[in-house]
Parts: sequence; C-alpha cells; structure tokens
Amino acid sequence: MINYLSSLPAACTQGIIWGIMAIGVYITYKILDIADLTVDGSICTGAAVCAMMVINGQPMWLALIASVIAGMLTGLVTGIFHTFMGIPAILSGILTQLILWSVNLKIMGAANQSLSATKYNLLISRLNLDRSIIILQLLAIALIIVLYWFFGTEFGSSVRSTGANLNMSRAQGINTSFTKIIGLVISNGIVALSGALLAQYQGNADINMGKGAIVIGLAAVIIGEALFGWLCRNNFALKLIVVVLGGIVYYIVYTTVIYIGLDADLLKMLSALLVALFLAVPYWKGKYFSGVKNVEKRALKQEKKAAKKAARKNKKEVA
Amino acid sequence: MLELKDVRKTFNPGTINAKKALQGVDLHLNAGDFVTIIGGNGAGKSTVMNAIAGLWPIDSGTIKINGKDVAGLPEHKRAKYLGRVFQDPMMGTAATMEIQENLAIAARRGNHRTLRWGISSKEKKMFREMLAVLGLGLEDRMTAKVGLLSGGQRQALTLLMATLKEPKLLLLDEHTAALDPKTAAKVLELTDNIISEKKLTAMMVTHNMRDAIAHGNRLIMMHEGRIIFDVSGEEKKALTVDALLEKFSQSSGQEFSNDRALLS
Ligand SMILES: Nc1ncnc2c1ncn2[C@@H]1O[C@H](COP(=O)(O)OP(=O)(O)O)[C@@H](O)[C@H]1O
Ligand SMILES: [Mg+2]
Repeated sequence: MINYLSSLPAACTQGIIWGIMAIGVYITYKILDIADLTVDGSICTGAAVCAMMVINGQPMWLALIASVIAGMLTGLVTGIFHTFMGIPAILSGILTQLILWSVNLKIMGAANQSLSATKYNLLISRLNLDRSIIILQLLAIALIIVLYWFFGTEFGSSVRSTGANLNMSRAQGINTSFTKIIGLVISNGIVALSGALLAQYQGNADINMGKGAIVIGLAAVIIGEALFGWLCRNNFALKLIVVVLGGIVYYIVYTTVIYIGLDADLLKMLSALLVALFLAVPYWKGKYFSGVKNVEKRALKQEKKAAKKAARKNKKEVA
Repeated sequence: MLELKDVRKTFNPGTINAKKALQGVDLHLNAGDFVTIIGGNGAGKSTVMNAIAGLWPIDSGTIKINGKDVAGLPEHKRAKYLGRVFQDPMMGTAATMEIQENLAIAARRGNHRTLRWGISSKEKKMFREMLAVLGLGLEDRMTAKVGLLSGGQRQALTLLMATLKEPKLLLLDEHTAALDPKTAAKVLELTDNIISEKKLTAMMVTHNMRDAIAHGNRLIMMHEGRIIFDVSGEEKKALTVDALLEKFSQSSGQEFSNDRALLS
C-alpha cells in the first residue's frame, strides 16, 4: 500500500504531461472536429528535438521553443495535405505520422537517445518529482491562459466556428482552410511541447514513445468530461483544466491497475476499448433516444422560462 | 448591381451522372430589386444562388456584383458582398456557440479577423436591441447556445446575421420551407421588414407561388437551368397563380411539377 501511495506523485506528474498533450488533442478533436493522428508522430518530434538540442549543449528554453516550432510544422504539413491537397483529415494525419517516423529517426540519429537528469540540467525529471509537479502545473496554467485568450479573439472565434459549422463560417467570410491549418499547427505545437517534457521526465526520447498517443489524449479528454464536465459551466478555461484533470485520472488509474497486478501489456487495449465505448455513447443516444425531441423539449422549456421572466419584468415595470 | 451573363454549370461532366444544371442564365438586377424565384424541382434555383455565392467555379459566363467580376473569387471572399440564408435552419448558425458569438462572427463578415477580443460590450448592447426587435425573447438569452433554439428562431437569427453587416445582395434559398406555416409567415414578414428598412437588393427562392407573387417587385421562373419568365412592376402585381401555371406550361411545354409547391 505504501508502495502504491508513493507512486501517486509520479502518476500525477505524468498525468499533467499527458494532460497538456490532451489539450492539443482537444483543440483538433473538440474544437475543429477533426481526429488528427499526426500527434502520434509529433509528440516524438518534440521529444527528439528537445533531447538533441539539450545533448548538444543548447539552453533549455531554446530547446523547448524549437520543439514547439517543430511540432507546429508537423501540423502545417497535415493541414496542407488536408486543405490544399483535399486529402481526408484522418489520412492526412496518418501520412504525416509516417513521414515523421523517418524524420524523427533522422533527428535523433538513432531509435533512442538517453537524456539523463544526472548529466544534463533538465527542467523536470522523475528524479525530482516535487519540483517537476510545480513546474508542470505552472506550465499548464500558463498554456490554458494563453489558449483562453486566443480562442476568445476575433480570429480564435473564427477557428472555433470553423469546427462548429463549416458552411456558416464560409458564408460569413472565414477562410476555413486557413483556420483549420492554424488549429492543426497550434495543436501539434502543444503536443510537441508535451513530448519535450515527457522525454525529460522519463530520461530519454524514443522513436516508439508516441504510439497510441492519440488514444491516451482522447481518453484524457473523455474521462475529464465524464467526471468533471459538470464543473465547466461553459467556461473554456475550465474545460481545458478538466482535460488536464482527465490526464491525471488516467495515469492514476494506470498506476492502480498495474499495482493490482494487471498485465501492463493489456493497458493499450483497455484504453482503446474505453475510448471506443465512450465514442459510441452519443451515437447510441441519437439512435435509441431521439435527440431531436430532447432538444425541442429543452427549447420549449427555455422559451417558457423566458416568457415567464418577461412577464415578471413587465409586472415590475407596471408596478 | 448583380449581372449574370450566360452562366453555365454542368455537374459531374463526362460521366453518366452528368447534369446540365445551368444552361445559360442571364440576369440583371438593379439596386433595390427584390426578386422572387420559382420553378420546379431541380430547375436550378439553388444552383444559381450557389454559383453567385461561389461554392464551386462556374464552367463559363460572368458574375458581376456592383461591376466587380467575382467569378474567380473563392466563397469566403465573396461573402463580403453577400448575406445568405439557407433552407436548412442548421446550416446558417453554429449550434455549439452562443447567440452573441454567432452575431459577433457575422458582424465581422468581410473584415480582417484580428487578435482583438471577439466581442465588445458595445456590440453586446447593440445585439440585445436588435434581438429585441425580433420579438422572440432572444435578447434575454444572448449567452445561450444556438443549438437550444427552435428552427424558426434559428432562421430569424440567421437572417439577422446575414444582414447585420449590410450585404450588397441578400440570397434567400427557400428559407421558410422547413418551418411550420405560422413560423414561416413570421420569418417572411421579418424578411420583408429588413429588406425594405435597409433597402437591400435580394433574391428569394420560394416554393409558394402566392408568396412569390405577394413579395418583392420582380418575379422570375426557372426551368431546366434557364430563366423562362421574368416580370416586374405592375405586371407582376397583377399576377395570379393560375396565370403563372399557364405561363409555365406555355414556356416549357410541360405541367408545373414541384412536389412542395402550394398552388392555391
Ligand atoms: N453539388 C451538386 N452536385 C451534383 N448535382 C447537383 C449539385 N447541386 C445540384 N445538382 C443537380 O442540379 C440540378 C438543379 O438542382 P437545384 O439547383 O438544387 O434545383 P432546385 O431548383 O430545386 O433548387 C438537380 O438535378 C440537382 O440534382
Ligand atoms: Mg433548391
């Protein structure tokens, strides 16, 4: 038991790193309504760039910025495949992912590069969890503040509306190819940042580290929404915080499951099945319970409420 | 104002599904014209609207708005000149965004979208007043998601969004067809009010012949990708549904067929 409890800080640290990654997934999956598989590759790109820069004696801040820019470029590639070349989003992501397999190997010069905290001056490490957790929290908060600002701006709103209604967005003069590309660029920049953090945390960058990342990201988004969605009240910043919480819960469950003695090899399968199940829920809802009726019912209720409010207001004014 | 010259469009050319949707459409609208458009199913009414809006490039012909040739511009660039309302109430608004957010996006149609905050408090006040005019109680629900609104409310909102930034041309494609008769009448009345208040140039497709006669200053009838009948002024005012049907069979040699057309 003590063993288990002592492993929880590590779970939280990893959870925040994957929570940051899941924010990237949230931007494409929830805001743009695109399932972007680039992330399986771009998380490793971020790790590879960061590791190589640090190994070659570059300062940490420069390594992180370079990682983010490299990640943004991967999003740009997928965005161009999807918009300019008309390739379906899923396939575009898969193509970039494959490109990145080669690119990441070239960046690292090997399938694995060790990034030991004893040898280099790292920002975070599994060897110093207390410090790591604080730094990661600050990073996550700063990221959420920046995103909250961006998606509230005129341009950020047009990115959101692109995902919400492509037709309406074009009719309102929004260049939806451009907004989609920008969304993919931002998302993969964030994912690469999480990759750079992950490499430092685990002490190496590995060509396989992104395998199934999209599923973990989706799981974090879904778990967060299912457990803490009621907290959000339509506030965008809270929604992003909930995504990070989803990442933390994911890793606590992960740690618990391993502690109980479940075969760690099965975890990816279980994550995928969990995500599949949650993705099915809205479909089943639409199929077996008429969603339209619910919406209409809600609309009617709201109308009645508004009418009552107006009546009350009138009364007040008369009185 | 609007000038279409010999506009042609074939869908799926060179295949067995080839469809000559527009076969040389000529149309000249003066500023302030309010044209109603009728025609059978598949006559090309929506296709004309989509050609003007630029959903795809036309095969040949010219499209000029205020003297400017727009045929080469992509859809989002033409949006600067156009306000559009669609048949499907879901199409014109973003369901997962707030009423005021939808309006704020529409208020920037044709503008460069900057990194300034997406909605100002001055705008919120203006939106509230505009919504109050609709008389649907939406002014007290500005932060509600549009997905919670009924079809009629969404169409009224789309109409507001289409005209918030005054368009050179307002395109209405059967925008009341999906609504119940009472709501449809209300949205149509609203349409009339906005068009006459702002003195807009507008094109309105409708399947209801009486509406087509009662509204606007000009009426055109389409058949097989062409304009076969075009009346305005006193002549249009004097039209009856029977006269229109007669005109149709004369020009096309066929019976008028539109499964949704209201003939009486
Ligand atoms: N995007 C498209 N692709 C292929 N065919 C189309 C497309 N849009 C319209 N059509 C075809 O063009 C013809 C005219 O359609 P439309 O303009 O929608 O008719 P309506 O007058 O009823 O609005 C129809 O035969 C329709 O099937
Ligand atoms: Mg049509």
